[in-house]
Formats: sequence, structure tokens, C-alpha cells
Amino acid sequence: MTSARDITRAVNPPRAAFLDFPLGHTTGKPHAPDLQRRILVEALSSFETMTAPGSMKELPFRWSEDGEWKAKAFAEGDDRAPRHDTPQYQDEEDRRMAEQGNSTSCSICCS
Amino acid sequence: MRPVDYIPRIRDNYARLGFKAYNWVINPDTAPWAPLRKPLSQCRLGLAASGGVYATGQVAFHYKDDTSLREIPTDVDTKELRATHFAYDLSDARSDPNVVFPIDTLRRLVRDGFLGGLSSRFHTFMGGIYSSRRVTEDLAPRLTARFLEDGVDAVLLVPV
Repeated sequence: MTSARDITRAVNPPRAAFLDFPLGHTTGKPHAPDLQRRILVEALSSFETMTAPGSMKELPFRWSEDGEWKAKAFAEGDDRAPRHDTPQYQDEEDRRMAEQGNSTSCSICCS
Repeated sequence: MRPVDYIPRIRDNYARLGFKAYNWVINPDTAPWAPLRKPLSQCRLGLAASGGVYATGQVAFHYKDDTSLREIPTDVDTKELRATHFAYDLSDARSDPNVVFPIDTLRRLVRDGFLGGLSSRFHTFMGGIYSSRRVTEDLAPRLTARFLEDGVDAVLLVPV
């Protein structure tokens, strides 16, 4: 799957399915299970239909009618978070749970 | 409206910000080809996703060239999934992990008979590793070894 057509063309994998959605939605819109299913059915079908390496299927789905999101994507500024080198939990509760199960967490870290 | 050309856009944006130019991976050679030898309805599918997804109880990813992997059991309760990443807007992934880690979608495709089955675990990691050498020489071989262990017929890769 990809939502960045030019980056994936450069990487040149054997098979790709391109979904023209904003980054962070490579397999669909949130809470839209039927759309998510249609996207993966279209994409996975490529395993049976593609015959040559370097193929890319353009999936027939649009994020919105106007495509206005495209003007903003990575256009200017830097809204990335700082490059912390310690675990960045979604919730503080997650940290507590991970630290409780300390022995397993270490093997995950080092695997 | 044509797709976003991310490479020139990011290159120009970084130049304006005074960042070092990013070395994009460009593979001019034809990729190897492994034909699927049976219908999808008889295949066991694996999944690797780079959106920084972990399950509660696991150590979260960090944001500086983290090449570690997490294994997510494919019978995981979706409510136990979390997402962490420095480079994309996490709000939708945290509200519904299926947008970057299509666990419910794939389980449904197995129930529907579209897929034969899923491997017992899926694999997640952080994107934004700004060293393609570390990915090629370290992360990718470990990931490949896991897929071979998992005995999958095909793998879905979901980058962000």
C-alpha cells in the first residue's frame, strides 16, 4: 500500500497499490469499515492480477471531492515532534503497564 | 487533481528550513518477482506496518531511528492498540487503528472467505528511520526472517 506515489515509484517494489489519501490513512478513513474493506479488496486483488514487477494499481477512491488537503501536505514549516530517544507512549497508563511487565518489555526492546 | 509529489515538496520545504537534504531511496533495477501460487482465498497473509502501532503492555517506540519491531497477535483486541509517531497526524490512527494497521479489515476478509487466513502475529515498527542503510541491513532482514517463520504466502506492507 502507499499514499505517496512518487516515493513508492522511486523505491520500485514488485507490487504496489496507490491510495490517494492524506498520509496517516494508508488503508482508509477512520470508522468507515465498508470503505476500508473495499480498499483492501481492490489492493489485495492485485496479487492475483499483476503479472510483472514494478506494477502499481491506482485505487479508485477519493478522500474528498475538492482535493483541498493536497495543498497543505508538507507544503511548508515543520510540524514533526522532536526526535526523542525514549519511549513515547500514547497514554501514561501505557507506560505503567509496560513497566510492570518489565521482563517481557526488555526482550521486545532488544529483539 | 493529481497526486501530491512528495519528493520535490519535501526537498524544497527542508531547504527553506535549512535542513540537510534527505537521501531518497531510488531503486532503478527491476524488483524480484514471486508469483502467487494459489488463490488469495487459500493464502495465509502477513502484515507489516510502519505507523508506530503497539499494544498495551508493550514498550512504545521512540522517535530517533528506532529500528525495533513489535509483534501484535492477530487476535488482539483492537481497543488495546496504540499509535505513536513523530511525523504524521496521529488523531485518526488513535481513533481507529485500522487506518494504518488494518486488523479488523483483514479479520473480516478472512471471515468473508476472501483470504484463507492470517499469520498468528503481525509486525509493526516506526517509520522515519533516516538511514536507509539501517533499514536495509538491520530492520528488513529481521522482518523477512519473521515472515519466513510465520509461514506466510503473501505479505501486505502498510507504510505511512
